[in-house]
Amino acid sequence: MKTFPRGIHVGHKKEATQSLPICRAALPKRVVLPLQQNLGVPAEAIVKVGDVVAEGQKIADSAKFISAPIHAPIAGKVTRIEKLPTAAGVPVQSIVIEATEDAPAASPAGDRRFWKDLDRDAIRKAVREAGIVGLGGATFPAHVKLSPPSEKKIDVVIINGCECEPYLTVDHRLMLERPGDILSGAGAIARAVGADRIILGIENNKPDAIRTLSAEAKKSTIPGVEVISLKTKYPQGGEKMLIKAILGREVPSGGLPMDVGVVVHNVGTAVAIAEALESGKPLIERVVTVTGSGVRNPKNLLIRIGTSFAEVIEQCGGLTEDAAKIIMGGPMTGTAVSSLDVPVVKATSSILVLAKRDVGDFAEGSCIRCGRCIRACPVGLMPNYLADFTKIKNWERVEEYRVADCIECGCCTYGCPARIFLVQYFKVAKRELQLRKAVC
Amino acid sequence: MLMNFETSVSPHVRARDDVQSIMWWVVFSLLFPIAAATWFFGFKALLLVVFTTVAAVLAEAAFQRIVGKPITIRDGSAAVTGILLALVLPPTLPLWMAGIGAVAAVVLVKGLFGGLGFNIFNPALAARAILLASWPVAMTTWTSPIDSLTTASPLFLAKMHQAVPDYLSLFMGSRAGSLGETSVLAILIGAGILYGKKIIDWPAPTAFIGSVALLTAILGQDPLFHVLSGGLLLGAFFMATDYVTAPVTTKGRFIFGLGCGVITVLIRLYGGFPEGVNYSILIMNMLTPVIDTYVRPRLFGGVKKHG
Repeated sequence: MKTFPRGIHVGHKKEATQSLPICRAALPKRVVLPLQQNLGVPAEAIVKVGDVVAEGQKIADSAKFISAPIHAPIAGKVTRIEKLPTAAGVPVQSIVIEATEDAPAASPAGDRRFWKDLDRDAIRKAVREAGIVGLGGATFPAHVKLSPPSEKKIDVVIINGCECEPYLTVDHRLMLERPGDILSGAGAIARAVGADRIILGIENNKPDAIRTLSAEAKKSTIPGVEVISLKTKYPQGGEKMLIKAILGREVPSGGLPMDVGVVVHNVGTAVAIAEALESGKPLIERVVTVTGSGVRNPKNLLIRIGTSFAEVIEQCGGLTEDAAKIIMGGPMTGTAVSSLDVPVVKATSSILVLAKRDVGDFAEGSCIRCGRCIRACPVGLMPNYLADFTKIKNWERVEEYRVADCIECGCCTYGCPARIFLVQYFKVAKRELQLRKAVC
Repeated sequence: MLMNFETSVSPHVRARDDVQSIMWWVVFSLLFPIAAATWFFGFKALLLVVFTTVAAVLAEAAFQRIVGKPITIRDGSAAVTGILLALVLPPTLPLWMAGIGAVAAVVLVKGLFGGLGFNIFNPALAARAILLASWPVAMTTWTSPIDSLTTASPLFLAKMHQAVPDYLSLFMGSRAGSLGETSVLAILIGAGILYGKKIIDWPAPTAFIGSVALLTAILGQDPLFHVLSGGLLLGAFFMATDYVTAPVTTKGRFIFGLGCGVITVLIRLYGGFPEGVNYSILIMNMLTPVIDTYVRPRLFGGVKKHG
């Protein structure tokens, strides 16, 4: 059974939602759309307060390549454009749209197209125009990954169906419910990058998804599709780990998947791409797993971007009495949110609510040099020494011990018996090194 | 109800084991050698263990109090040091000497270096070396578990080319020696528990024991005798696996074990002492920072090994 070296085994905790079909959330009356929703340059508003917008209308865009436009998830009126709180913690310039009685109908859908009729440039353009970003959580603009420089020959497209973070089941459900769209999206991606192989990598804790997609691949007209079962281990869904597990290729330190001839996209992104190409539908909604011991009725919900967490939680029966911690994303890499008054964004794969009993109270102790962090690190770093060097601000050593290669998966921190916030030190150290480079 | 949920940095879930649970598992695993020692050497052996353990814990609390550091005796590390110290002492050692050893271990060897995680030498073994230098006669007076008479250790007998105990008594523990080193069976049970709990790993013990067996065989000695006698197994499973004073990488731990094995054989066969496990580990403790500097894991996507 294929997998990557090291990593950790974490309890999956997916039972609550893995067998619940995706259902559509109620249409929100008000949406908040932060302009920074991609891992690149923020978009700029192209509407102003008072404008009436149609559902799906583009409301923010950027001239920069590494960026993605934002569309109105609901029809209504732009009521505010100002800095508002987000799940990431810092207030971000956001557009607020409120539904109105006389709102125009949805902007006319684009022509129905089949990706096989489109050339690579048309695919890239359509994906960009739809505002699609990596829906696994990284939110890297999808069209950028579809546009490798001509000297990089891409031979394999990997569709990431690992969903290795505990609790999350959105990708699992998409694989069961939308296998056709996943393959269409994958086909379009392969065409855009000129690859002749498509590999779907799925962890073996989702045997039903493996069966469904294998059956779909068999009857599909898209050539070169394989479904590969991977030994469940965290962080298999990390691009570099996944490429290593499936193909045995190692993305060079500091490099990108395209350096080894691979492009990786998440299954959710593939579905979004298929929708954008076939009906011109922009990315105005996404599937979110709402789960955890602090929420009454866990669900997989298809939610309009911009819907507030509070509204989502309400549709899931509300919080339990002892709900203590709200996390956007999975428990390994997600962000704890202090307030429910923040919007669902393109990066929101999950709203995880933990009850008091599931929230650890961890006090950092001294490192006892047990070496568990080293044996867990999928990148081959020495987190214990990196943390020491960060604490004493020895940036030269921090660089020499390759903090830049850290993928921030949290494996080291998960197993640390001294409860040291290792990965947090590395985030700080990376920022510091970047700042110092910028100054020099 | 919308505001003020708990926030913290990711990850938001953690593995169950913490420092405290690891230390108490080590204490639990050591109950087997303690039981064997009590069985073979009588109540005074148990008394010695209890005494050094209490002394070590109290000394740590007192030291931390005096220097104004938080008192961390609940983490169990001082208890582990106290027990391990008793297990490397002769059963007849006067309690006051053992007490000085316990204080030396937690204050001199550990506390003054910065406490848990910062000491260079294994506290129990460094304290034993201090005691051996201070009271060489008391520290090498061995008694037979059968008649409680003073006798020589098997390795000393071997050095003097005299008859040594058979394999079975070496394995079960009915022979002269330090409290915890005589019963191979009890050591293996304790080590098995720690291995099963993934608290210790194989590289250091395997390299240590393997290199002693191989080298003694090459040098025309009885390898099985050398593996079963002296403090080799106790040292290999409980001291060479000490997190703080051994390397952190798998490869580094293997090298550490190899070094321990080679030095042990050199001391046993060519040195002035019959036994070399104690010094071999202390010497390799000194080399641990060097090993950690040069033996690093291979970087994912790295062109070649660095360092």
